[in-house]
Amino acid sequence: MTGDVARPADPAVAPVRPLHPLPAPVDPGPSLSRSALDLWPVAVAFVVFVAVWKVAAVVAGLGFILPAPEVVGARFVGAWADGTLEPHAWTTLVEVVLGFVAGATAGLVVGYVIARSRIVERLVSPYLVAAQAVPILALAPLLALWFGPGLLAKVVICGLIVFFPVAIATMVGIRSVDRGLLELAASLRATRRQIATTIEIPAALPSIMGGLRVGATLAVVGAIVGEWAGADKGLGVLVNLARGSLFDYPLLFATLITIALLGIACYVLVVLAERRLVGLR
Amino acid sequence: MTTPHRVARPGRLVADDIRVVFRPPSRGASPTVALDGLTLDVAGGEIVALIGPNGCGKSTLLRVAAGLLVPERGTIALDGRPIREPDDRIGFVFQEPRLLPWRTVAGNISYPLELAGWPAARRAERLGELLHIVGLEAAAGLRPVQMSGGMRQRAAIARSLALSPAVLLLDEPFSSLDALTRERFNLELLRLQQRTGTTVVIVTHSIPEAILVADRVIVLTPRPGRVAAEVRIDAPRPRSVELLDEAMVSRAAADIRSHLETGEQVA
Repeated sequence: MTGDVARPADPAVAPVRPLHPLPAPVDPGPSLSRSALDLWPVAVAFVVFVAVWKVAAVVAGLGFILPAPEVVGARFVGAWADGTLEPHAWTTLVEVVLGFVAGATAGLVVGYVIARSRIVERLVSPYLVAAQAVPILALAPLLALWFGPGLLAKVVICGLIVFFPVAIATMVGIRSVDRGLLELAASLRATRRQIATTIEIPAALPSIMGGLRVGATLAVVGAIVGEWAGADKGLGVLVNLARGSLFDYPLLFATLITIALLGIACYVLVVLAERRLVGLR
Repeated sequence: MTTPHRVARPGRLVADDIRVVFRPPSRGASPTVALDGLTLDVAGGEIVALIGPNGCGKSTLLRVAAGLLVPERGTIALDGRPIREPDDRIGFVFQEPRLLPWRTVAGNISYPLELAGWPAARRAERLGELLHIVGLEAAAGLRPVQMSGGMRQRAAIARSLALSPAVLLLDEPFSSLDALTRERFNLELLRLQQRTGTTVVIVTHSIPEAILVADRVIVLTPRPGRVAAEVRIDAPRPRSVELLDEAMVSRAAADIRSHLETGEQVA
């Protein structure tokens, strides 16, 4: 075992019950100055991104519709200040959160059951894959027809798109649980439920969190697609409005940025939750 | 009324005519007979070492004794009651420590207490005792990745003792440790056994280890495993490496080795 190699001087002539010297305490995490150092490449990358955008807008601005970054920036701030973006952003946010929670919950449950039962896997997985293979864009109009123009249809569409990666990640995670730990739990007479809560779920957590990361960004996609299939409010609606009826291209770009920020926020939230849950391992 | 002289110590393990067959799930593959007609009687408080060639079913026998495996024929009984499922009176130490990597040492050692539904206060008290027994008091807050292989196996031993079992089953518990650490662990195991009085059945590949710890060394035949011979180790306790009589050790070792070899010829 590699651990033995790393152990500090192990006295051969042992006292009655020798205590191994303890390894040094773990690094508590990046200090303030280090995280500040980590930030400046991010800032540089951002400046480069904006500069490239600016050049592209000047050079290609004749043939393409690409407003300059400062124009979009001003519109972004303005649209938030005058309340153009806010109600739409709220609507989309609610759809994303509800859709994510619904899809992730269903994905966790189905993924766990599939991992634990070969029969269920055989019966269910063809439909799962089929549902995933049909593009959500093609399904969205039908779902909008079934569930009406309100919140429900968006939550369903969003939930569907989140469901698959979470279900697959959960299944893979639960299946790859160390059999030795399961045998240990059996030898300690753990109940089905105790095995799930103390062994399977903690062991599968890194994999599950990976699925949730993918799901979090897809949730935003699902909500926008759902809005395109029929809605009167939401960032997806605003994209269409800005392009088709208002001809307000800076607003179109400002909306896209809002959508991107929403996606990033969801992703970061999942990553933070992951750090807390998976933590030191 | 008590009879102080002839009270049998608890923890007597009797295996009677055990047969275990592994049937592979696919049809074409032929079944493997791991154990056949194995009979063994381990007295309460006795230390028995099981030794035998690879694949002779030593670990299988331990799993049957732990209630993790139901034999096709025969039973193992603990103090007269047949074992059909895992039992609190039996502690198991696996070849690998099998610690939960997301828990600290303390969390791992008190895991059996948690599963058994002990209240937090009692758990904490028992945890303190267990940490003391294996000398891991200062390491209680560490995670398995932060520890050496030896410390991990200590934690695993403490965990197996959590519910004060009458029988401790060890499946090549020290095979991944270096020779010196291993010897020390063997002596610690003996000290621990003296203190708790548990029956100990230890599977090993090492003849010196078997002679150092055991009252009786059971040599198994190659697959299907049966008892080929038993060698008594008549050495006083507490034992130490220096106190073992060299002549006795080499005689016992030769005896065990000869049975291991004839066992192979039989197969």
